[in-house]
Amino acid sequence: MSNQPPLKVDQLSIRYHHKPVLTDVSFEIPPGQTVAIVGPNGAGKSSLLKGIMNLTPAIQGKVQFYGRTLEEKRLTTAYVPQREEIDWDFPINVMDVVLMGRHGQLKFWQRPSRCDRQIAEQALKDLKMWDFRDRQIAQLSGGQQQRVFLARALAQQASLYLMDEPFAGVDVATEKTIIELFKQLKAKGNTVVCVHHDLNTVGEYFDHVILINARLIAAGPAHQVLTQANLNKTYGGRLSLLNDLTEQMYRSRLDNAHPGD
Amino acid sequence: MNGFEPYNDPGFLAQAWQQLGVFWSFDDMNATWVLVGSLLLGMSASVIGAFAFLRKRSLLGDALAHAALPGVMMAFLLSGSRDAEIIFAGALVSSLLGFWLIDWLPKNTKIKPDAALAITLSFFFALGLMLLSYIQNTSLPDKSGLDKLLFGQAAAITSNDIDLLLYVTTLVLVTVVVFFQKFRLIAFNRVYAETLGVPVRFYEVVLAILIVLSVVVGLQLVGVVLMAAILLTPIAAARFWSHQLSHLLTLAALFGALSASLGAQISYVAPAMPTGPWIVVSLSLLFFISFIFAPRQGLIKRYLDDRALKQRVIQENILRTLYKLLERSHFQRNGFSLAEITELRSMSGTELRNRLAEMVRRGWVKQNRQQYALSEKGLLKAVKLTRRHRLWESYLSQHADMTSDQVHQQAERIEHILNREQEEQIVAELMEHFDPHGAPIPGLSDNQGHPS
Repeated sequence: MSNQPPLKVDQLSIRYHHKPVLTDVSFEIPPGQTVAIVGPNGAGKSSLLKGIMNLTPAIQGKVQFYGRTLEEKRLTTAYVPQREEIDWDFPINVMDVVLMGRHGQLKFWQRPSRCDRQIAEQALKDLKMWDFRDRQIAQLSGGQQQRVFLARALAQQASLYLMDEPFAGVDVATEKTIIELFKQLKAKGNTVVCVHHDLNTVGEYFDHVILINARLIAAGPAHQVLTQANLNKTYGGRLSLLNDLTEQMYRSRLDNAHPGD
Repeated sequence: MNGFEPYNDPGFLAQAWQQLGVFWSFDDMNATWVLVGSLLLGMSASVIGAFAFLRKRSLLGDALAHAALPGVMMAFLLSGSRDAEIIFAGALVSSLLGFWLIDWLPKNTKIKPDAALAITLSFFFALGLMLLSYIQNTSLPDKSGLDKLLFGQAAAITSNDIDLLLYVTTLVLVTVVVFFQKFRLIAFNRVYAETLGVPVRFYEVVLAILIVLSVVVGLQLVGVVLMAAILLTPIAAARFWSHQLSHLLTLAALFGALSASLGAQISYVAPAMPTGPWIVVSLSLLFFISFIFAPRQGLIKRYLDDRALKQRVIQENILRTLYKLLERSHFQRNGFSLAEITELRSMSGTELRNRLAEMVRRGWVKQNRQQYALSEKGLLKAVKLTRRHRLWESYLSQHADMTSDQVHQQAERIEHILNREQEEQIVAELMEHFDPHGAPIPGLSDNQGHPS
């Protein structure tokens, strides 16, 4: 692989209607590490991930994957959405969900091949869900649902994994399995980026930390970033003046009127 | 057939039977066309409607059907002809315009998708009705029958209509088979499909076009207003029978075809009975039958399950009460009267007697005149339940800081569902072997808690 970082975010800004969600976020992620995106509720963690995957339109900023655009690097990037975003009553079984991970490689009329099935099988085994392959997804517990999602991402055989709160509401066994998965992925030189909400476990589970609260607070190796001062800044209320003025700017459409970039 | 008062005389029944014979001999060309047309529509609409249903865009078909109306009227006004192809083209253009508007509004204004749907539906329908009134007042030839598009008029179906239906049905079914995997992916998790680089937008437009096509060819048969039912009711009914999408689609197509043939037959046999509404009524009947009788999710099954659970809970409660009485007598006396039981566990005398009789039959309880005693088997079960009840009480009070009153309420329910593994897990996390009320937690081996 090239010397380019797996993920480089440059001055990314996202808004929802006129409310600023994220402003001018820039960071770089080193390869082969586990990275946590940490911040309080409403800090824009999920939006950041969605902005990176171009699921939420960014108003400005550039995101590079191994030095390329997302379109060029689709197949090396796997995204795991939040569990709550899905209708778990949908009529589908576990194996078919995991096979969805192979559809980036399949032409529009193609069905998963024997090879795709083997990849999905391995992914399910890695996450200890192989025994559940014929289960309807509606019959799974929260932790099992999360593992199915992770198996689906694993089946993509990507090298960069972006996960939205994989540890939210899961049981102890699943938490252990996810940690195990992280180790496996790291051993293969893959990079994992997670939105994470639990401050107690950040230092233990992740090598690299990105603290955000509507803007970037700090980014770097976990032990350097997780200082009391940084955490106070992240959780100690927002910079209300910055927020208000940015919102006012969006409302006034000044960014459109302003000449230049 | 007895439900229909006017048709009650035996002469009618014989005649109806004879008519049915004619219908299925395929001698009456028109009747055969109606049947074939309804079957084709029933199948294609129910399969493509299923995807709208699963994507929670159920009303889309309804809106698109209404949006077709002004197109039909414009096509007639401009061409002066009522050929199936021309009407079809007009309806197609206008429905697609409606689809575009429904899609555009929420993205570019603050209007939410449901409101956009409703606004578009009413606007196009009003436009269609306006044009229809205008046409009725002109002296254009062929104008009669256009108003039938509102509710459909199957009897007026032509061989051209059948040809169109055949093309559209084939197109819909083939496309769904070819794109099945991608359609399912997008219906299940649209955002994820996008991250895979799947051209979601393309498939969505294909789906919409297929819905529009099915709706537009259905206008002659069932009309604008009832179209939504043909799209949605089959899959809604199928949902009660299966969990697998391929089965669901097959079932939906089957339901669509079945109700289509029912509708066609009834309208042929009974005079002055319309086809479209009868198709919809048959579909709704199928839905209710599914809702009530489906083997795993039907109402009756759920009722039976609930009742079985209730009886099990009552029986287990009686077992536990008997054990408690046994404990009170320091395991000296096994055999208690109804009064002693109801003192601890309030329930009606008949209910208690009935349940006890059942438990005697199961060999859990032995009856000796008016005294009821736990059998060997019943005792084992009672020990197990009491153990789970008290384990859970202890767990809650030690780990969840609940008072002894609160824990009892909870344990009354949890004792019935705890399994072996969970029980062991609780034991591993517990420090004491007395429940919060001070009663000992009986061990699993049957010598503890046995009369000594």
